[in-house]
Amino acid sequence: MREDDIIICRCEDVTLGTIRELIRQGYTTLEEIKRIARCGMGPCQGKTCTPLIAREIAAITGKDIHEIMKQNHRPPFGGITFEEIVSGRDEE
Amino acid sequence: MKNKADIVIIGGGIIGCAVAFNLAKKGMKDIVVLEKEFLASGATGRCGAGVRQQWGTRQNCLLAKESMTILENISDYLEEKVDIELKQKGYLLLSFSEKETKQFAKNLEVQHSLNIPSMALTPHQAQEIVPILNTEKIHSAAFCPTDGHANPFLTTEAYAKAAKKRGVEICTFTQATAIKIENGKIKGVQTDKGFIETERVLNAAGGWAYEIGEMAGLKLPVFSERHEILVTEKVPPMLDPMVMSFSFNIYCQQTPNGSFVMGHGPKNEKPGHNVNSTWQFLEAMAQKVTYLLPAIKKVRVVRQWAGSYNISPDRQPIICESEQLPGYYMAVGFSGHGFMLGPSIGVYLSELITGETPSYDVTLDLGRFARNEIIAEPSVV
Repeated sequence: MREDDIIICRCEDVTLGTIRELIRQGYTTLEEIKRIARCGMGPCQGKTCTPLIAREIAAITGKDIHEIMKQNHRPPFGGITFEEIVSGRDEE
Repeated sequence: MKNKADIVIIGGGIIGCAVAFNLAKKGMKDIVVLEKEFLASGATGRCGAGVRQQWGTRQNCLLAKESMTILENISDYLEEKVDIELKQKGYLLLSFSEKETKQFAKNLEVQHSLNIPSMALTPHQAQEIVPILNTEKIHSAAFCPTDGHANPFLTTEAYAKAAKKRGVEICTFTQATAIKIENGKIKGVQTDKGFIETERVLNAAGGWAYEIGEMAGLKLPVFSERHEILVTEKVPPMLDPMVMSFSFNIYCQQTPNGSFVMGHGPKNEKPGHNVNSTWQFLEAMAQKVTYLLPAIKKVRVVRQWAGSYNISPDRQPIICESEQLPGYYMAVGFSGHGFMLGPSIGVYLSELITGETPSYDVTLDLGRFARNEIIAEPSVV
């Protein structure tokens, strides 16, 4: 199997090849790569792919991985259905 | 980074990138775009991604229609093969009262004068377009089949790429920190990465428009307000158009990748730059959407965020050169519809800057407030 074909973001089927190509084009932050390739926008919200992409950015650019990982985490923590949200309301 | 430019554009959102592209196409040489984070990191990239032509004033209908025409032909227009995830499955606007239905009828007349293919629908006809719609309290609806969705990141990136190809320098992660003025004339822009000598500046800073005005000593009549939004997991197609109501206060669409995006206008929101998310929004949105589109109840919310509406006194954009400070251009106060108007505003503003006769007969200048020519647009959320 070619390394470039490895799936990095399982929610959105984004490959290592796509990630590397974007980094080479100059998109060297998690925020930009997420918005262009959709990795991290799926059900797991980047819990799997974020560290993998950060390592790729560090490897190609030489940036410090801790600097790269300073990404904002958006709520909710895990996926929740509308039904669950509505049923959580106190009865009035 | 260049140290001298014909114009410095502050803001790398849809407006900044669209104006830069149009100016470069007209042959302007040294154009610099400053973006303090990454492209579309502010209002553009946080919006609901809708493009609608169903407005209530002639000039909004015109600008929105022209924008849609550009988006429909974006690859030819930018001379570059691009995919902006355009989906034209319409906007379905819902009326909940006789009064609202009468307003829709007036709006339709305006829209038809510009050949926008919108129409009035009965609740039953609305349900044919959106089978999952709860029509219980719906009085009527309006529908325009050519309205729809475009991806704000990809659209902004497409403009930026085409602008760069024509020589525009786009500086991301570069912040404008001051505007140097001497004897009432612009001399340059200070950034955190150096000084750029220029006589012209465009304020296209979205949520930060007021602050970029202050840098030049201008008190622009705009403020920023948080608007929250959420997105769900991807599910098979079940909603073709954007569903929207001004009175029920909601917009909701299923994007081409299958996720739902939805939001509403806040009540009693304090002006400011707060873009945090709240559980109160999540709960209010869940209540509304499960009432209007009950079949959505099993779909999971995966992410919430918020963005700034930069709001003007009449909730319409202010686009002009400053009368106080020649060379200072502003494209501010979009009040939540900057992305969908971006393509035509890019054309219009580039014409103002180069001194050509504008392609569109519209009144968007700052002076309209002093002249009491407020734009009375009835259809904003």
